[in-house]
Amino acid sequence: MHDDTEPPHRDGRRDAEWLDHESGPVVRPYALTGGRTKPTASDFDLIAIIETVDVPGEAGDGHGERLPLSPEHLTICELCRTPLSVAEVASELDLALGVVRVLLGDLLDRGLIRVRRPAPVAQFPNERVLKEVIDGLHAL
Amino acid sequence: MDSMRSDPAGSVSGAVGDPRESSLAVKILIAGGFGVGKTTLVGAVSEIRPLRTEAMLTEKSIGVDDTAMVAGKTTTTVAMDFGRITLPTGLVLYLFGTPGQDRFWFMWDELAQGALGAVVLVDTRRLADCFASVDYFERRGLPFIVAVNHFEGAKMYAPEQIRAALDLEDDVPVIITDVRTREAAKQVLITLVEHVLMATSRRR
Repeated sequence: MHDDTEPPHRDGRRDAEWLDHESGPVVRPYALTGGRTKPTASDFDLIAIIETVDVPGEAGDGHGERLPLSPEHLTICELCRTPLSVAEVASELDLALGVVRVLLGDLLDRGLIRVRRPAPVAQFPNERVLKEVIDGLHAL
Repeated sequence: MDSMRSDPAGSVSGAVGDPRESSLAVKILIAGGFGVGKTTLVGAVSEIRPLRTEAMLTEKSIGVDDTAMVAGKTTTTVAMDFGRITLPTGLVLYLFGTPGQDRFWFMWDELAQGALGAVVLVDTRRLADCFASVDYFERRGLPFIVAVNHFEGAKMYAPEQIRAALDLEDDVPVIITDVRTREAAKQVLITLVEHVLMATSRRR
């Protein structure tokens, strides 16, 4: 297991002590995605809204080539019954954004989620929307 | 809708322009040096959550000056804060704290994409920490304000002194604040959105 790490340092620390917070997770993040780092679908904006699609029966059956759904996939489906942003999904799962995007791509491929892109408010700021934001902030 | 087979897999990109397929959400960035109060600001107005992103150093940071520090690593984890505020009208505001260390600035392109504007938080004791953020937003043409987070014991400067020190354009608002209080944090965001509104009306 240690072939890709540095040999123990002479300062007397034992191997077991390497597994502290700084050594990172024992399971590498992209192990969850089978090593895939690119989602199959187009990019998932940080604030795109993910919503689970209700599909009758077992999802993804009859597609032998596909990887089976992991517990993380199922957790996303469970979470997104209430629509959530991509950033929130990543935060809830405590997984890196890149990993979550791959998982979301799988779910989108199977038609298990729906994606709503953020409206391009920033590109064409609308005075009415901006005033709504200002009033809303005042009212907080 | 009734069948998943009829829903094309590429519906993410096909959704543009269909109001039913888009959500009204506004993204605001909170930038500034490490320890300047970004987390405090986000936490003062919203429930705060940590967000981890796995940065692919080999792909995205080639040319970034500081990669030598992490030589041999192909990925690194960058932690950011983000918060969500749902306004009474249903419109959702997302706040993203940009990673504090300079070597993660390549993350900002993704964060800045589609953002309404940015707040650059400044600590006058470490003014230079915000230079990179100011440069970035100026270059990108993203509207921003400068909020001086006043720390106890730090010397007080007038907004005009800060403006001069940062060589800001005349129209960039500079405010002195204490983001530990909710009211002050709200006012920081309001100042930013008012600035964006001004810039928008001026363009017309």
